[in-house]
Amino acid sequence: MSREEWRGFGVFIEQDEGVVEETSLEILGRIRELADKYNIKITSFVLTDDINRIIDKIRYYGSDEIVYAENSLFKTYLSDVFSTALYRLVSKYRPRYLLLPATRNSRDLAGRLAIMLRTCLLAHVISIDIDPETMRMNAAVPGFGGNIAAVCECVTMPEMATVSPGVFTPKIRKDIEPKLINESDLTKDLKTSMRKISRTSVARPDISRSEKIVVAGAGCIKDLELIKRFAKIIGAEYAVTRPVADAGLAPRDLQVGSTGISLKSKLVIVLGASGAPHFVSGIRDCGTVVSVNIDPDAPIKDFSDLFVVGDLYDIVKKLIDRLGG
Amino acid sequence: MSPEPVYIVTMKVVPKTEEIRFDPVTKTVDRSKATNEINPADKNALEEALKLKDKYGGKVIVLSMGPPFFEPFLRTALAMGADDAILISDKALAGSDAYVTSMVLAKGIQKIGGATLVLCGEESSDGSTGQVPPGIATWLGYSLATFVSKIISLDLENKKVVVRRTIKGGYEDIDLPLPAVLAIELGINTPRFPDFRRKRWAEKEYKMTIWNIHDLGLKPEEVGLTGSPSRVKTLIELKPPERMRKIITDPDQAVEEIIKIIKSIK
Repeated sequence: MSREEWRGFGVFIEQDEGVVEETSLEILGRIRELADKYNIKITSFVLTDDINRIIDKIRYYGSDEIVYAENSLFKTYLSDVFSTALYRLVSKYRPRYLLLPATRNSRDLAGRLAIMLRTCLLAHVISIDIDPETMRMNAAVPGFGGNIAAVCECVTMPEMATVSPGVFTPKIRKDIEPKLINESDLTKDLKTSMRKISRTSVARPDISRSEKIVVAGAGCIKDLELIKRFAKIIGAEYAVTRPVADAGLAPRDLQVGSTGISLKSKLVIVLGASGAPHFVSGIRDCGTVVSVNIDPDAPIKDFSDLFVVGDLYDIVKKLIDRLGG
Repeated sequence: MSPEPVYIVTMKVVPKTEEIRFDPVTKTVDRSKATNEINPADKNALEEALKLKDKYGGKVIVLSMGPPFFEPFLRTALAMGADDAILISDKALAGSDAYVTSMVLAKGIQKIGGATLVLCGEESSDGSTGQVPPGIATWLGYSLATFVSKIISLDLENKKVVVRRTIKGGYEDIDLPLPAVLAIELGINTPRFPDFRRKRWAEKEYKMTIWNIHDLGLKPEEVGLTGSPSRVKTLIELKPPERMRKIITDPDQAVEEIIKIIKSIK
């Protein structure tokens, strides 16, 4: 029952040990709007070791059909088997538009899949539209440190893109009952040439969805503990700029900016960060921006609602004293 | 006995992102005032390759696709310790996207005779698609690890490499069969400085290999803008929202003001 033409939306629902990647649901939120407008079908693709573990977390987000394959190899991401499995599903269902979250694992997957399908791939897009004349997907790809975006389209099919986390909002759609299709047989013969030796991961707060954030820049390196303490006292999450992560003082998951995470918090307090373009693009969508910097001419000034010129350690200590730390 | 390992490092020269200007009227990017540098993550990949060479022997070859002005940057890589440098340069390549770039680099790797390991920077600081390493691996049928923060061991006899890759909230150690493509994360090591004596050799004596697309068996229509499946329709400037830009220099007043703001956020 292979479909002849490339038609409809396809979304890859990323999961890891039963935890669904929020970005996949965010993609569904956006493309459901486009699907309703242009009367396009949405097919979600799921690779999992156990569909029952995740089906309730993904069922009512706007998919018209959910195509899944169950295999014990799909418990956590494996580059070779995931790419082959998704290649087979996509080749059978032939979605015209194929979207994946721009997470590490799905970027790995999408990069392979695009070559296997001999098609294009737009990277970590921040908008998705359809050109009503050509029906081609138009998506904005940020580049050059986040200052500039290129609106791109694909001239081959499927038209693929990875989508940046935190750009769209998931929407529950109880009115659409998706058809569940089991394609496990298509992946039965898969074998991996990779072997996972160990895995160390800690559940961290997802800072792209936090309401209050304190960002430690390079100027905080002398005493990051103080900054963390301050964040805790005001009930904010702690994040860092790229130089702090580059120095190995914080994990990349806490790095804000175009090569890290984009924030949507109501308040962000930026301490000791000069305001490099790749960083400020990550706080563009925040409500209120407060920054503290010793340099009165630091570029962060122009991206702040309140810019404090002064010694950040002095200010932070005073704040901790006042707020009862 | 296993043959001598070959480490191919892919390299790109990029403009410093902070020095790029955008002209909102012509909707073009002005790179003319930006200074160029070796893509920072590619330097980390080169350092990893040189460390492997120090430990396991073998040969480090730098492979790049770009205009002739890349040449002096490749000579810097030679001065840092690379044994050879190859530049794939052809006017027809202008405008190539990640699809074409990965195909061309894969052809280059095949022409070299393949590799034990291909080491790439995770992404370039200008394009930052991160698609080239998975692309190369797929074209060549090599195994792949992206977001590599550490090369733990290389077992040439059993044709295996063990790497640490960053995952959400942590890392995983995985074992891959050789040959493999490794995408190296930015900043995982400190790249060595060019060696003074090597520098003279690299700049004065070394004759660099330059290939054009015909050398790789490619036709002009398969590469560049025409061969690329993605198209740029227009460039837009992402303007940050207007901020209040209130400036305070008195620390006590600043503390009062910040507390007021914190308390106003529910």
